[in-house]
Amino acid sequence: MTVPRFWRKLKHRYNLLGTHCTTCETYYYPPRKICPKCRRRGEIEPHRFKGEGKLLTYTIIQNPPEKITAHAPYVLGIVELDEGPRLTSQIICSPEEAEIGMRVRSVFRKIGEESAEGMIYYGTKFVKL
Amino acid sequence: MDSVGIVSYGAYIPRYRIKVDEIAETWGEDGDSIRKSLWVFEKSVPDIDEDTVTIAVEAARSAIGRREIDPLRIGAIYTGSESHPYVVKPTSTIVAEAIGATPLLTAADFEFACKGGTAAIQACMGLVGSGMIDLGLAIGSDVAQGAPGDALEYTAAAGGVALVIGRSELAAEIEATYSLTTDMPDFWRRDGMPYPEHGGRFTGEPAYFRHIIGAAQGLMEKTSTTPGDYDYVVLHQPNGKFPMRAARMLGFTERQLGPGFVVPHLGNTYSGSAMMGLAAVLDLAEPGERILMASFGSGAGSDAFLVRVLDEIRELREKAPSVSELLKDPTYVSYATYARHKGKMKM
Ligand SMILES: [Zn+2]
Repeated sequence: MTVPRFWRKLKHRYNLLGTHCTTCETYYYPPRKICPKCRRRGEIEPHRFKGEGKLLTYTIIQNPPEKITAHAPYVLGIVELDEGPRLTSQIICSPEEAEIGMRVRSVFRKIGEESAEGMIYYGTKFVKL
Repeated sequence: MDSVGIVSYGAYIPRYRIKVDEIAETWGEDGDSIRKSLWVFEKSVPDIDEDTVTIAVEAARSAIGRREIDPLRIGAIYTGSESHPYVVKPTSTIVAEAIGATPLLTAADFEFACKGGTAAIQACMGLVGSGMIDLGLAIGSDVAQGAPGDALEYTAAAGGVALVIGRSELAAEIEATYSLTTDMPDFWRRDGMPYPEHGGRFTGEPAYFRHIIGAAQGLMEKTSTTPGDYDYVVLHQPNGKFPMRAARMLGFTERQLGPGFVVPHLGNTYSGSAMMGLAAVLDLAEPGERILMASFGSGAGSDAFLVRVLDEIRELREKAPSVSELLKDPTYVSYATYARHKGKMKM
């Protein structure tokens, strides 16, 4: 990831900022400017997600990629937010604690860093509620 | 100046702890005598992906969430820490973005060893009291570092507290503040060095006791109060022994010290230390009660505050995790795990 690329998406990484189509009541994360269901009839507004949801499924990562701030083994999961959208995130718990369907809540953590001299990437992860 | 005070507050403590005995065993020291001499039994340890910024953000979100404050009302964010992850690039801008307070605000980071957070409170009091801003956010956050095997390693902990300072809707009024500052070489860390140095025994008498007692006494003189006028006293807690002794020397009882005395199971959260004690007291204080809080920062100085709790405090109860809830049910780690969390060993 490059510094400019991170910076452009920083607001959405820090805060789970997405969008909401008031025409069909669908929520989007990452944000969409056009509702694919409603097209031109869609009314899009920004939406800040509460950050609570459930763990749909997960996998255990034994060898984390470089630059990622996590102990191996760690849990990588798909979270379904209460408003509907799904996203992939690290789940902060031991592999034994992870359970499909468990309630989770978003927290602010370090995602990784470029190097000891480089930029630190912050963003959203999930913990067991 | 209009009355100013605390509109809301929030605290954050990582879930991991290490026992003093576990550290002592690693270095072949006697855990029992260390526990007794420091009056600290365990300390908080940050997760591998937690630092001063993430702790500051969690504390700030807790403070804002407790009262559903519109973050755009915040006109200043100051974060006090001695472990800002960047030497150049502010912690406070990241906090501002993460709580949705950008872009119309002023922000800066403060550093004064363990009292950067209380200096931030005073700066916010001035800006709010003069009408320059609506609300100010003052944060004390640290992931304190002690060199492996150094005495500081037994107490250097992680945690943070955020206070929303304002003029109206106060949960507690800050009736007065009083500071004492001198140039004192008791503790320092040079640029580029990973761990602090300290002046050994020098850190006690001329540094901690002289400044914290001087500031607390000065505050009481200025406000014509005596220890009997206070329901709680909160002093900076680098270990358990120092605040216990300083409270006694000032004429406070153990009953006044107890509720804000969080160090035995938390350790020294540096910039978060006195503010964590204040948060623990706000969790249970009743309207009308008075708190004396005095921070201490090496280098050296102390900021003392007279805080009077107001009716609105009841609206804030149970709207965000209390300090005792944050201290409950920790996960204990071994020294090896602790060292990996703190990046003391290469994996
Ligand atoms: Zn739609």
